[in-house]
Amino acid sequence: MSEVKRKYVTPGELIATGNYRPISNVIKVNDNFYAIKIGLAEISHEGIRVIPLSGPYIPKVDDLVIGKVVDYSAFSWEVDINSCFFAYLPAQSVFGRNFSPDRESLPERFSIGDLIYAKVVTYDRTRNPILSISGHGLGRVPKGEMIKIGPAKVPRLIGKKGSMIKTIESATNCRLIIGQNGIILIVGPPDGVLLATQAIRMVESEAHLASLMKDIQSLLSGSREV
Amino acid sequence: MVELINEKGLRIDGRGVDELRPLRIEVGVLKNADGSSYIEMGKNKIVAAVYGPKEVHPKHLALPDRSVLRCRYHMAPFSVDVRKPPQPSRREIEISKVIREALEPALILEEYPRTAINIYLEVLQADGGSRCAGITASAVALADAGISMRDMVVACAAGKVAGQVVIDLDDTEDKEGDADLPIAIMPNLNQVTLLQLDGIMAPEEFEKAFNMAVSACHRIYEVQRGALIDKYFGKGEAGEE
Repeated sequence: MSEVKRKYVTPGELIATGNYRPISNVIKVNDNFYAIKIGLAEISHEGIRVIPLSGPYIPKVDDLVIGKVVDYSAFSWEVDINSCFFAYLPAQSVFGRNFSPDRESLPERFSIGDLIYAKVVTYDRTRNPILSISGHGLGRVPKGEMIKIGPAKVPRLIGKKGSMIKTIESATNCRLIIGQNGIILIVGPPDGVLLATQAIRMVESEAHLASLMKDIQSLLSGSREV
Repeated sequence: MVELINEKGLRIDGRGVDELRPLRIEVGVLKNADGSSYIEMGKNKIVAAVYGPKEVHPKHLALPDRSVLRCRYHMAPFSVDVRKPPQPSRREIEISKVIREALEPALILEEYPRTAINIYLEVLQADGGSRCAGITASAVALADAGISMRDMVVACAAGKVAGQVVIDLDDTEDKEGDADLPIAIMPNLNQVTLLQLDGIMAPEEFEKAFNMAVSACHRIYEVQRGALIDKYFGKGEAGEE
C-alpha cells in the first residue's frame, strides 16, 4: 500500500493536480482538486478526500442517531436529530403493521421531550429521514447525561474500530451511547461521567492532532489536567 | 476641502496608495452560532454569524433542489457619528442583497436542499468599505460553519482619490474621492463575484484600479486563511489514527 499524504486545508485550497479520484469534500476543476471544507486532506492511491473538521449533520441510511421527540401526529412522531431536517418515526414501525390510531395512543409510548436512540432507515435529498427503533438497544433512552459535539468529530470519538470509545469506557466505568449526529449519552457513576465529559471535550478540541490518543490516555489516568 | 493625498504621496491616514488598512480576523467568536467571525479592517468592526443549514421558515420559501441563502447586513445605531435608526434602511437592504449575491457563487447550495442558510452581519463601527469587510468576514464564518464552498470569497475596494488610483478607501476618501470600485473575488478560482462602481474613471484607470484591488484581495485572503488555520490547527501535527 502506498503511503497517505496529509495536509491541512481550507475551502478553495488546491490539494493536488493530476489524475486522481475525488472521494469526498473535493471538487475538480480542470484536473485541479480543491477542498470544499476546512479539514485534513488525504491523498492516497484510492484518491483524494478531505476529512472535515466542522459542518452540519447530514443523515445517512443505517446511521444510529439520538434524537428528541418534538411533536407527534396520529401516525408518526417528529424527532429533532440535530440536523437540518426533522426525522419521522412512523407509528407503524413501532406498533406493528396493523397499527390503528384508534387503538394505540402515540404519547403513551413516546411523549414530547423523550430522547430516543434510533436508526435512519430511509433518506434522500427529496424527503426527510425516516427512523426505526427495531433493533437491539434501540428505543427510548431512560437515563444518562447528554452532551453535544460537532457531528464532524464523531468518527474521531469512535476511533479506529472503536478504540477511542473503548479506552474512555473502560477508564471511566461508563457506557457511551454515540449518535452519528453528534449527540452522546454517558451512563455511569457521577465521577466517571465527569471524566468522560472532559475526555469527550478534549476529543472535540484536539480532533485534528495525531497525539490525541496519547493525550486522552494521560487525561484518563489522571496525569494531565484539562 | 481636505487634502486627500499630500505632496509626499501619503493619504489622509498616512498610508501609501497601494497599502491596506490594518486587518485582523478572528474565527468562532460566537458560541451560539454555527459559524462566526469578527473582522477589524481599519476602524471597521464587524461581527458575522452563520446559522444553518436549517429548516426554512416560512416553509413556502424552501426550494426543492437547493438551499436558500439569506443575508442581513445591519449597522448598529452607535456605529456611526450620528445615531443611525436601528431599522433596516434602503442602503442596508441593498447591501444585504449585494453581499448575498457575492457569496452565492462560492457556496455549493445544492448540497443542502429544502434548507436555509442565514448570515447576519452586524457592523459595530463603520469606516468606509464595510460591505467589503462584511463579505470577507462572512466567507470566514461560512467556512467555520462547515458549509461546502467552491472557494473563499474576499473583497476589497479600489478607487480614485485626488486623481490617483488607491486601494481600500476609508470613509473620508469614499465621500470626498472621485470614484469607488468595490470588488469581490474567489481567489483560487480567479473569478469575480462582485463589481460595483460609484463615480467616474477612465478605462485605463479602471483597469489599474481593478488589478490593484485583485492583488489586495489576494493579500486579504492570506489573512483569512491564517485566521482559519489558527482556529482549527492552532497547535500540533496533522494526523488521523
